[in-house]
Amino acid sequence: MFKFILKGLLRDKRRSLLPVIVVSIGVFLTVFMSGWLTGVFKDMIDVNANFTTGHVKIMTRSYAENENQIPNDLALTGVDSLMSELNSRYPEMEWVARIHFGGLIDIPDEQGETRAQGQAVGMGIDLFDNSLEAERMNIPSSVVKGRIPSISGEALISDDFAEKFNVAVGDEMTLFGSTMNGAMMFQTYTISGTVRFGAAMLDRGAVIVDIEDAREAMDMQDAAGEILGYSKEGLYDDEQVSVIKESFNSAFTNPDDEFSPVMLRLRDQQGLDEYLALSESISFMMMLIFVLAMSIVLWNTGLLGGLRRYTEYGIRLALGEEKSQIYKTMLYEALLIGLIGSVIGTALGLSAAWYLQTYGLDFGDMMANSTMMMPQVFRAYISPRLFYIGFIPGTFAMVLGTALAGFAIYKRKTAKLFKELEV
Amino acid sequence: MEQKSIISITNLTKEFPVGKGHFTALDKVNIEFGVGEFAGLVGPSGSGKTTLLNIIGSLDTPTTGDAIVMGQSISKLSHKQSALLRNHHIGFIFQTFNLLPVYTVYENVEFALLLQNMSSGERHKAVMEALEWVGLTDKEKSKPSMLSGGESQRVAIARAMVKKPQIVLADEPTANLDSKNSHHILQTMKKLNEELKVTFIFATHDEKVMMYLNRVVNLADGRIVSDERVMNHVKAQ
Repeated sequence: MFKFILKGLLRDKRRSLLPVIVVSIGVFLTVFMSGWLTGVFKDMIDVNANFTTGHVKIMTRSYAENENQIPNDLALTGVDSLMSELNSRYPEMEWVARIHFGGLIDIPDEQGETRAQGQAVGMGIDLFDNSLEAERMNIPSSVVKGRIPSISGEALISDDFAEKFNVAVGDEMTLFGSTMNGAMMFQTYTISGTVRFGAAMLDRGAVIVDIEDAREAMDMQDAAGEILGYSKEGLYDDEQVSVIKESFNSAFTNPDDEFSPVMLRLRDQQGLDEYLALSESISFMMMLIFVLAMSIVLWNTGLLGGLRRYTEYGIRLALGEEKSQIYKTMLYEALLIGLIGSVIGTALGLSAAWYLQTYGLDFGDMMANSTMMMPQVFRAYISPRLFYIGFIPGTFAMVLGTALAGFAIYKRKTAKLFKELEV
Repeated sequence: MEQKSIISITNLTKEFPVGKGHFTALDKVNIEFGVGEFAGLVGPSGSGKTTLLNIIGSLDTPTTGDAIVMGQSISKLSHKQSALLRNHHIGFIFQTFNLLPVYTVYENVEFALLLQNMSSGERHKAVMEALEWVGLTDKEKSKPSMLSGGESQRVAIARAMVKKPQIVLADEPTANLDSKNSHHILQTMKKLNEELKVTFIFATHDEKVMMYLNRVVNLADGRIVSDERVMNHVKAQ
């Protein structure tokens, strides 16, 4: 009997090829769109994690409360021993220290007089010691002119600033600000290169120096504004970081000491909890709508496929096949078509998602003045979910549609059905 | 000579709901058919011919009364039992042939045997025998679309006969055929009737069919108005 069904499927293109094409297209779109949406949201989270929040961030309690003001006088101290402790307690994470600072950039002319001045939004990160920090912040590909600092005393500045004030690579600049202890600070750096991240928030007066240079300038030896932790697997795992957060805070945070360290998860910072919840619900809703829409299309395909063959079912009834047997063969056929279409559609969807994951779509020009921390290249992300999500509309909906079409046959009295089947 | 009864219908009434009332398609019908009869239900449209055939073929059930076919009460059969009865004992021939278009002649005829879980060797033997009865062994690989109307109906006869049923029910089998093909088909059926002692019951108003019948049952408004045994005008050749 199975051979008989298979022969029918292979010979009748309207019964096999057409539904397989429809299922494949539906599943392809479901898989591809799901991969792309997941990728875009993941990239947005990654950009925030890489530049500001980490997967977890440790600050003093009072620094955390006033983080927007970059209060380096409230920075963490004893950072070296804390980092050692973190590395031994939580080896699954990579720990890095950063110092944010504000100030004034002064560009002198040949006589040493001020040629240009502008606000500085600076960051001291580990640029040496084989650190991943430069790659994490996408600095190598954001360098417009020159190079990343390779020795102490060098700095990267915003390309916008350099263009505006005609500053060249190799020029000197003086950074004015305050030390950790509140004293006036000025430090001269050689400009090794210019950077443009593509987000106005990062490009306005950006100054990037090695963290040791920042420590020296601001009297922050063995101190840092924040320590960020990144999962070594590279993915933000809320469950994992929640466990680490709870463990760290119970061991290190003292509610009576405003300088005691406190750990925050990515989603505890900058309204990212709401953003994550929103992105998850939007992603879920869009996928649900998409899966439902595709399900209706594929259900309809199953329904029409069933209706088109009413006469055949009538003949089979007359020849002595049971209604339940006919119903079963309809479902087997739908299952077979659904599975073949789902496999093809999933393979196509994964291929397209892989292409977008590898190459992405560059929206950099459209986002030149964006102040949001958003990626410029929108990429897809191939998650394990993509391997099965297409089977929901592809197989389930197809079988459901056929089941509903066949239900009419199953429920009707044979004679009435026989009459309606026009046999 | 007294024929052994294969179909016995007693006080059979069949009503169909129409709006708030009902339409009586068969009204207290009493009739018996013996083994090997070549009988026709004759009458105008709406007289109840097809309804009676459907009940005999266990495609429908009586509203009241009973139809005993091959010793089984149609009213009391479950879906499975009625499917088994059709599969093993009753063959159907339709006005519009109703062959499955994607399957070959051989596969169309073979289908009824697939339902009986017969081995492929036995199926092959039975199918070829049935195709030989209707003279279509050379068309076994053809698709229905490649056949003429007469050939299609002969395939339908082979399909009905392949399982060697005791009863064949034919609903206007010649309505879509020209005169020559009609006679050819009727000759084939008559031959099978005489050789295999299969009971044929037709629903028809085709004069050509009536020439072959040995019993004519006239129906009007759901009642039997006459039931005559007739001498065959035409013999199987």
